[in-house]
Amino acid sequence: MEPRLVEVRKNVLKQNDVIARALRERFREAGVTVISLVSSPGSGKTTFLEKTLTLLRSRYKVAALVGDLATENDAARLARSQAPVKQITTGTLCHLEAAMIQNALEGWDTGELDFLFIENVGNLVCPSSYDLGEDLRLVLLSVTEGEDKPLKYPTIFNSADVAIITKMDLAAAVEFDEQSANRNIQAVRPGMEVFKVSAKSGEGMDAYLEFLERRRIGARAASAV
Amino acid sequence: MHELSIAMSIVDTAQEEAERHGWTHIHAVHLKLGLLTGVVKEALLSSYEMACEATPLQGSRLVIEEIPVEVFCPKCEARRAVQSIQWFCCPECGTATSDVVQGKELQVVGLEITE
Repeated sequence: MEPRLVEVRKNVLKQNDVIARALRERFREAGVTVISLVSSPGSGKTTFLEKTLTLLRSRYKVAALVGDLATENDAARLARSQAPVKQITTGTLCHLEAAMIQNALEGWDTGELDFLFIENVGNLVCPSSYDLGEDLRLVLLSVTEGEDKPLKYPTIFNSADVAIITKMDLAAAVEFDEQSANRNIQAVRPGMEVFKVSAKSGEGMDAYLEFLERRRIGARAASAV
Repeated sequence: MHELSIAMSIVDTAQEEAERHGWTHIHAVHLKLGLLTGVVKEALLSSYEMACEATPLQGSRLVIEEIPVEVFCPKCEARRAVQSIQWFCCPECGTATSDVVQGKELQVVGLEITE
């Protein structure tokens, strides 16, 4: 018999999307604001997150999940903030998937939390396809990486909601061209909000934290309607 | 390189459909692949072969239709194909826009089967 072509319509990542949707609903009901971080390896995600957790911890209940191929080093570093932290080791997988978030949250009462941060595996390609149920996706770009990173990885910059330029304390030393970086970010994601920070000196952290707090208030007001 | 996990999901998706309908053999899988998914066509094709090994889809083809990225231009009030994914703006009037209306597809749209 001759083969025949039948029409189907199935999203390949349906399984991930279904779990991500369930997570988003769970987070909304629990009243927790969930923020994920993506960037290339070495852009300062963990230092930035450690600083974020430390600064928010006095006023909010915060926690973090951190993805890496191997080692629990990042969880150990983040634990210095004294916030609850869980490492997700992905083995050979280059990105986090919604099911891993679901598993990692087992035994956690998300209703207890105000902010949950998810640090993705350092990778500017693969994480872009996977919804994790987060409210906000931050993409980090350090001043040492070059201003054209957004043009080289437009997909992930386009998938993110906010850009964070990190290691601003080194900007002068590496002759970072801020205008050019901004132009490139706006080219791949027009209207994207950009924060410039140094987790080391603390520069720019206030404006970024205020933004997170505003987002949290906005999201809670919207979900109360 | 996440194309292998994507390829495995494609194989699973096709297999589920075949089982549901009682089709005995899948000869080819037709896929819509948006150019903003971050999935590379060539890598996906070679991963697909690997993903099919030791499954009923072994030897089947993956037929990929690449879907260009389109945005909605608020000024022209129309869908426009972007000229480059490095520059999200209307090619007609130059208005910058992030309103992507097409290009994120990763969808199985057809199966060549024998019943």
